[in-house]
Amino acid sequence: MMNNQGRPTNIDAAVELAADSFTTFSGNRGLDQEELLIYEIGDTKTSGVDLPEVPEGHSRLGGLARTNEIGLPGLSEPEAMRHYTRLSRQNYAIDMGLYPLGSCTMKHNPRLNEKMARLAGLADIHPLQPQSTVQGAFDLIDTLAHWLKTLTGMPAVAMSPKAGAHGELCGMMAIRAALDKRGEERTIVLAPESAHGTNPATAALCGYTVKAIPATEDGRVDLEALKQALGPDVAAIMLTNPNTCGLFERDIKEIADAVHAAGAYFYCDGANFNAIVGKVRPGDLGVDCMHINLHKTFSTPHGGGGPGAGPVVFSEALAPFVPTPYVVAGEEEYTMVEHDDTGDSFGRMTAFHGQMGMFTRALSYMMSHGADGLRQVAEDSVLNANYIMTSLKDVMTPSFEGPCMHEALFDDRFLKGSGVETLDFAKAMIDEGYHPMTMYFPLVVHGAMLIEPTETESKQSLDQFIGSMRHLVDKALSGDGDRFTGAPYHAPRRRLDETTAARKPVLRWQKPEPAQAAE
Amino acid sequence: MRYLPLTPDDRQAMLAKIGVTHIDELFRDVPADALLDAPVDLPRHATEMEVEAAFKSFAGRNLPAGEAPFFVGAGAYRHHVPATVDYMLQRGEFLTAYTPYQPEISQGTLQALFEFQTQVAQIFGMDVANASMYDGSTAAAEAVLMARRVTRKNKAIISGSLHPQYIEVIRCTTAFTEDVTVVNPPALSGVEELISQIDDDISCVVVQNPDFFGNLHDFTKLAEAVHEKKALLVVVVTEVVSLGAIKSPGEMGADIVVGEGQSLGVGLNFGGPYVGLFATNQKYVRQMPGRLCGETRDADGKRGFVLTLSTREQHIRREKATSNICTNAGLCTLAFSIHMTLLGEAGFRKLAALNHARASELADKLSDIDGVELLNESFFNEFTLRLSKPAAEVVEQLVEQGVIAGLPVSRLYPGNEELDNLLLVAVTETVSENDMYALYYELKEALK
Repeated sequence: MMNNQGRPTNIDAAVELAADSFTTFSGNRGLDQEELLIYEIGDTKTSGVDLPEVPEGHSRLGGLARTNEIGLPGLSEPEAMRHYTRLSRQNYAIDMGLYPLGSCTMKHNPRLNEKMARLAGLADIHPLQPQSTVQGAFDLIDTLAHWLKTLTGMPAVAMSPKAGAHGELCGMMAIRAALDKRGEERTIVLAPESAHGTNPATAALCGYTVKAIPATEDGRVDLEALKQALGPDVAAIMLTNPNTCGLFERDIKEIADAVHAAGAYFYCDGANFNAIVGKVRPGDLGVDCMHINLHKTFSTPHGGGGPGAGPVVFSEALAPFVPTPYVVAGEEEYTMVEHDDTGDSFGRMTAFHGQMGMFTRALSYMMSHGADGLRQVAEDSVLNANYIMTSLKDVMTPSFEGPCMHEALFDDRFLKGSGVETLDFAKAMIDEGYHPMTMYFPLVVHGAMLIEPTETESKQSLDQFIGSMRHLVDKALSGDGDRFTGAPYHAPRRRLDETTAARKPVLRWQKPEPAQAAE
Repeated sequence: MRYLPLTPDDRQAMLAKIGVTHIDELFRDVPADALLDAPVDLPRHATEMEVEAAFKSFAGRNLPAGEAPFFVGAGAYRHHVPATVDYMLQRGEFLTAYTPYQPEISQGTLQALFEFQTQVAQIFGMDVANASMYDGSTAAAEAVLMARRVTRKNKAIISGSLHPQYIEVIRCTTAFTEDVTVVNPPALSGVEELISQIDDDISCVVVQNPDFFGNLHDFTKLAEAVHEKKALLVVVVTEVVSLGAIKSPGEMGADIVVGEGQSLGVGLNFGGPYVGLFATNQKYVRQMPGRLCGETRDADGKRGFVLTLSTREQHIRREKATSNICTNAGLCTLAFSIHMTLLGEAGFRKLAALNHARASELADKLSDIDGVELLNESFFNEFTLRLSKPAAEVVEQLVEQGVIAGLPVSRLYPGNEELDNLLLVAVTETVSENDMYALYYELKEALK
């Protein structure tokens, strides 16, 4: 028998069996490996951790010792390593490719940030250890606060909010506290139709009724409609700028003036600060407060849905109402003020001091870029988005005229008559090796596709993406509908049944028992 | 500019393709006087070496808990985290993924979430858990809001032995909602007076176990009394490791259990990011805040996981959503779950037993000192001592000797003189015999 070792594979023989024409015993397909639940591979007796022996002693548990079995499976260390490694390979990530999720800002997460966050002097410190032993941590928080204030042109910042939506709550609570102090009972918050869902949800948590402001033909707030809506009942406007259509609100100063003239405040949703950092200071636009998603603009990792961090910058008018705690720089040392003596602070939003681990990462990123680099970040993110817009506008349908900011918004008009919908088109992008763009948001255009490349992409990467998109448009319009409605074909899972998941929710693993299954 | 791949030539070529000559033409919608023509007044870009030096300087002026005998807990506990956990977190496929909105290419995150939800539900003794909240304190506030939605009543009774900062967060979060919170004064006492406050108007009673002062409680009777008034019992757990040793809140009749999951996998991190745990019973699922991961099938019939029941959430429901939460603590849930999987039930129970044994040993030892009184009847890994001097002074004195003795309760309750001499001491598996001896010796000296 001939020894084939070291010889090239016979390609002619290999192509005879098409990829999908046979199934494997294991269910795996080469590097594409299936993985069971820990509940199906582990057991309650296995542990992957060696702990010291427990010394003898009397129990002080007050008769509350746990007696039943909890049912927690354990895996040995090698099994655990393999379990999570296999799971990880079923995820798309910014480390793997372009992640054009508009409004979510998926940019490169530098590993230097991770290294800095893991320094023992920053990771292994307790939020309530004596203040004299954490002066470096206070200095770090104060330094980050200085960068945020300088970049936004705002005089104050609250550091403790845990994520963007928490930051929104912080800003709106400060507004409510300021109005209460003025003795004014205003009940309405204005928000454009294109607002993030968190805006109305936040306003509702602060006891406000939300009134939508219509948009103009060119995707901006209708200034005249806004002026009509303003009155003595309006507490604030919540406005995202650049807005969720990827456009800069041209009338921003007139909007701010009108809002202030009516005695209301201007809350700016800073989710899209990435587009203007270092180029425009919100403080120069008349903003009263704005949250900053450190996990969007300043590169802290999204980690499959968090953690985030949402510091909020404030104008002089709102600064007295910031939540506790906050760092104060003295002549000799820093102090963390944990209890408000002024009586103006609206309270405490979280135990401890906020997302220190995210502060470290964000500051590491900001120092790496510097004032000059952050400005370049905004320019490149806007340049990349416009390059995509320009390169696709002849085959897709941009929703609005003119240059966009950091994200390009298309709608589904170009798919008309093809039988392919936005969702199908997005799922087909998965087969091309891309994470889909944001779909069906903002709600103001039909079948929205919001593409945000960020400054992370090279020209070559953008060209390849544009090539894929043009190819898909061509296929969609040439009647190749199955490729879309059945997509994805080349992913760890084909399209998943979300309807059944919601109708009959299975939210945890249950031990399979025949008696229960019959229920 | 190591994070920016575009070259000057690329930029020129791209501007040309777009049909403009200067980048600022793309910023033409910005009011001209607001467009900065130069970088802001901050340092210019720095090399990796320069950034590292700056952070070493920040870090160098802090005392890491691992470098001293260390006994601070009060809602954040220093446990040993296996190396495997951090390695996995740093895999880019987990670290740099977004919220799993596209389930077909997010099965890694989703399956891990499904496993996490199951683990949390099990340790709390509840039916279902969500995919996490920001932290324990915000989860507690969300529980109060949820109790109002479920009961359509708005008066919440808050135990005086709930972590004081959690009380502040609940008060703050409900300041402008229709909720009314009745907060009891700080006390190490039991549940009797809470039962006496229950009336027809209450939506919930919020308690903690082990409580802020370390005491353990059986809430079974309280739960019965609360249920009689068609209200909910909310139990807060700030040290999840305790549940490897003590009865779960679910077994005591809790309706909502929230907790801080930082003890497993996450580390101290000076207070954040942490991971809020949130569990309840099946019948209240649709009133829950936060993301939920559920099981389903794909077009080929294979099992898979998706985010589900999103009609409760802000991006669909807007002002009628159950919460405004969007981003949660994804990566910290993974840390928690990996650590729990490595421990397994056997390891989890052993870890809890070890914590309790160490704490018992230290409590006995310290009780021998003149001027020290142990106030707890029961505890898990944290207890309260009454000292013969103000605890804040003693702690400062011991810092000079390199010992971080615990938390002076007065730091969280300023101006409450009755609490000035109370010291809260936490003991985990990371505390050595030498550490315990150091505390014993220095405390004895300080109280002489």
